[in-house]
Amino acid sequence: MAIEKILGIETEYGVAGGPDYDPTTASSIIVNAYAQQGRTRISWDFNDESPGTDARGVLGVGALAPTIETHLANTVLTNAARLYVDHAHPEYSSPECASPAQATLYDQAGEEVMRRAQRAANETLPEELKIKLYKNNSDGKGNSYGTHENYLVARQVEFADVVRAMVPHFVSRQVIVGAGKVGSETDGARGFDHDFQLSARAEFFEEVVGLETTLKRPIINTRDEPHSDAERFRRLHVICGDANMSPVATFVKLGSTALLLAALEDDGPSRFPSPPALPVRAIREFSLDTTLRHAVADEEGRTRSAWDYQDELWHLAQRYVERHGGDAVAKADEVREILNQWRELLDGVRDEPDAVADRVDWVAKRRIVEGYRSRYDLGPYDAKLRAIDLQYHDVSRDKSLAQRVGLREIFSDEQIRHAVVHAPEDTRAYFRGQCVTRFPDDIVSANWDSIVFDVGHGPLQRIPMMDPARGTRALTGSLFEQNSTAVALVAALNG
Amino acid sequence: MTEQERIQKQRTERTREESEDVSHVAKKGEQLKGELDDLLDEIDSVLEENAEEFVRNYVQKGGQ
Repeated sequence: MAIEKILGIETEYGVAGGPDYDPTTASSIIVNAYAQQGRTRISWDFNDESPGTDARGVLGVGALAPTIETHLANTVLTNAARLYVDHAHPEYSSPECASPAQATLYDQAGEEVMRRAQRAANETLPEELKIKLYKNNSDGKGNSYGTHENYLVARQVEFADVVRAMVPHFVSRQVIVGAGKVGSETDGARGFDHDFQLSARAEFFEEVVGLETTLKRPIINTRDEPHSDAERFRRLHVICGDANMSPVATFVKLGSTALLLAALEDDGPSRFPSPPALPVRAIREFSLDTTLRHAVADEEGRTRSAWDYQDELWHLAQRYVERHGGDAVAKADEVREILNQWRELLDGVRDEPDAVADRVDWVAKRRIVEGYRSRYDLGPYDAKLRAIDLQYHDVSRDKSLAQRVGLREIFSDEQIRHAVVHAPEDTRAYFRGQCVTRFPDDIVSANWDSIVFDVGHGPLQRIPMMDPARGTRALTGSLFEQNSTAVALVAALNG
Repeated sequence: MTEQERIQKQRTERTREESEDVSHVAKKGEQLKGELDDLLDEIDSVLEENAEEFVRNYVQKGGQ
């Protein structure tokens, strides 16, 4: 039986401006500005972080365990998200969500958090030091930063099967969920004739499987850090995606991936199309091919384009839903909407791109880049076109070009504003959000799978939350109604 | 109606349908182009003024 596909997205935002143009300083200013305007500053607990553990059980030769920077600004929000400085970027990690649509909402809430943080920070900064934030994945000069998805997967699934089944999706889904990019910026893209590619991120991938996230990035990341009961769960950490501005693209990216993972859990990997013989070449070449016709061979010599792969995977997901339903992923209506949108985007990019310019980021971006280029007769790599690419991702409403291209909304501004403050109700995020909202002064620290309380006497009390599907409103709502203090809550939980 | 007249009529109808299709597509194409022109005007009004400098100054440290 497929397990509930609890999921979320974490995004490192690009940052410009600030004192001395130093991105780490600017990122700290952003995170602190937001934390200080809120009611609480609860710090993150690093006790259970183990990003160096490898899902394959061994550390690859030459692989470096990711480092954790505990001294940088780091906070938990009332919507149960984490807002912090990662490397030299402000990062928003969404709370654990119960469905792809909900995770899309909380990704958009993250944009709003960054927008508010930017506004609060800039109120205190002189004109020349104002900070700008971008929800994108590279600076156009060979430096990339990530938009990572996380999916709860049953521990019984062999990691080798995850690789076998999911590589085809991860190399090909960019045809509908790529964010688009003007030109290229790494050696990997050399030798191709291209002005525009489907994905911002694809050309940065150098390995098929590995532990790294910053160097020699792998298509499948093996970080085995479930932030939950490791005997029952894996957390598949997907690092090859783009930061989408289109909510429908985010929804389809999450929904398609979650459905395929559920199909893998229920039926095993044998129904999945076989991966390209050279996956790293495939992800790059697919990104560089805007005709969508370029095909690559699998081990048996059968060739498929990225579009062909997506078509096969869509049929696999559709048959899976017919047989099993999609309960593990979402309610029936939402599952139907995932399949419908996935299909429409796929047919649209091939047959009538203009019809999906309201949902596919690379199509929307390319339309304005090409329009601008022909209006002013510019060269393919003109700085103005690169500026359009960058400004498409600007988080501020008065600068953002994504705001202006007519992307289809899923949620109202009111729903997004609500999600900025309130946690999802149907995962353990609810418990974290309630604790942070009600008892900020009694919490010493929090992380994904526990909260530490100081109840004023005796040792600190750690409340474990090892199952992401528990701690919901249905399970703990009455606990908060009955216990109005942290002392009473902890006593009730220990009793 | 003779066979030939019937075929002729069918052809005429088909041609009419096709020309309606073509004019529909053309109209839609014009509409899209008009929308794009408006959009490009708007982009002109918000695009960072010195694109060269704006793009050059945007340098990030690599992240994950």
